Amino acid sequence: MTQTPDPRLRAEIETIYQSESRLVLATLIRLLGDFERAEEALQDAFATALAQWPQHGVPDKPRAWLVSTGRFKAIDRMRRSRRHDTLLAQLPEATSSADDVEVRADEAVEDDRLRLIFTCCHPALDGDAQVALTLREVCALTTEEVASAFLVKPATVAQRIVRAKRKIRDARIPYEVPGRHELPERLDAVLRVVYLVYNEGYSATSGAELVRVDLCAEAIRLGRLLQHLLPDTEVTGLLALMLLQSSRRAARTDAAGNLVRLEDQDRGMWDAGLIEEGSRLVTHAFASNHVGTYSLQAAIAATHAAAAKAQDTDWHRIIGLYDVLLRLEPSPVIELNRAVAVAMRDGPMAGLALVDAVLARDELNDYHLAHAARAEFCRHLGRVDEARTAYRRALALTRQTPERRFLEQRLAQLHPVQREVVSNSVAAERPSREGTGRSAKRRT
Amino acid sequence: MKYLCMIYVDEARLADAPADHVATVEGACLEFADTLQKDGHLVASERLAPVQAATTVRHRNGHLAITDGPFAETKEQLGGFYLIEARDLNEAIRIAGAIPPGEFGCIEVRPVAPLTVLSGGGDSCVT
Repeated sequence: MTQTPDPRLRAEIETIYQSESRLVLATLIRLLGDFERAEEALQDAFATALAQWPQHGVPDKPRAWLVSTGRFKAIDRMRRSRRHDTLLAQLPEATSSADDVEVRADEAVEDDRLRLIFTCCHPALDGDAQVALTLREVCALTTEEVASAFLVKPATVAQRIVRAKRKIRDARIPYEVPGRHELPERLDAVLRVVYLVYNEGYSATSGAELVRVDLCAEAIRLGRLLQHLLPDTEVTGLLALMLLQSSRRAARTDAAGNLVRLEDQDRGMWDAGLIEEGSRLVTHAFASNHVGTYSLQAAIAATHAAAAKAQDTDWHRIIGLYDVLLRLEPSPVIELNRAVAVAMRDGPMAGLALVDAVLARDELNDYHLAHAARAEFCRHLGRVDEARTAYRRALALTRQTPERRFLEQRLAQLHPVQREVVSNSVAAERPSREGTGRSAKRRT
Repeated sequence: MKYLCMIYVDEARLADAPADHVATVEGACLEFADTLQKDGHLVASERLAPVQAATTVRHRNGHLAITDGPFAETKEQLGGFYLIEARDLNEAIRIAGAIPPGEFGCIEVRPVAPLTVLSGGGDSCVT
């Protein structure tokens, strides 16, 4: 670039970059058949814009202009390459004219966004790479931002992305929205990536996360985009679930960064707007007759949100929803959450029996929340020794600082035998990453 | 009687080898295939893409579980092969998912990579 455009134009181009670059990229990948080539073309297109727009003004349809300029630049690069014949032959639409490309780019933009999302979340890609690729290509986070969000080195993220792109190319993963037969399972993979991103943000502890990208916000943005592009029941359910969980975010930890259990949270701090929107989406999802696991989890969250006071919670409804959830996707983690709800309705003895039944099957022995729940039930029943053993077991299995602190406090308070209303264990406030147990099952 | 000769490669060693040496081996491959062809021994021979391009398809509770990479367990042994033609990986996965003995283990789907990928020219090993 030989000249610097005036600041106003520069700002306008910056705005166009923000709003259009992902759309332009999504279309260029389709037109050029390759991620790397499309990214290069995108950069070329914006560099050309910076050079030309100061003289010629911003075109009427900047996106279409950027697409055709990027495509032109890419073809130009290929022509200059040593292997130009092979490269040009690989072009998906080698014969279409520039005008054609412009018109179709405008029409196909939503399909292209979906193609990009489904390709980034293709099940043949490594799970971590799916997440990194989606955040990088769909959400436009930088490699450094993705790395800091997941507390890994930028080089690690960069390598995951390079490997994923190579796999897309070498194994020929098609750039397409799956057909009707594959759609449910493929959509599942997309939703899992979105929820993983959300949970990574949600389980981040305060303090260190000040510098971290707000992954919850990114996941919700992805959820809204999907909801707009593909209004499926489970997409609606997942968006509702994320909004409802976010509504409690401010109340979830105290000033010192300690976890506050659902029943102890200041419900005045819950975000009424998010609850309203989330609950409306749950109703919307339940209007269809095939709700899935996300819609059910969202309905549970909405039931909690509907109670002005903890003791007003409709435990009958929550247990009913867990029953359906378990039928749909049997998982010991959901059984544990259900046990906590049963304890709230029928008392700690009932909850303890259910938790012990799960533990007896040897399924959650290494899951700290199972022992934390057992400890709580025993404490309420005055079985102090058993409670102490269970708290210690839970502590030995936990690495997260706020949870450790919570358990240590509980352990320290054990001596005086207390009998109070059974407390809802931390498990109820954590459908989080273990969620429906899907992520844990991955690749087993 | 037909025999399958399986080539096991240390991919790191292959990646580190000097380009001209790799080109020599590739050339030898083509010559060897020609010789076998003349002698009536050759049925088919292909070079496979590195394992990074592999995808594993597994039957699980009536669903297909698809994962990145070669994930055969050590107790699972190569039991046979289908060389298929497919438009893209999705079609290949669909076909692999229907291979009957898949229920006893898994199917690794790996693209065939003509030798041109490595040498940047020349013909493939396909005969």
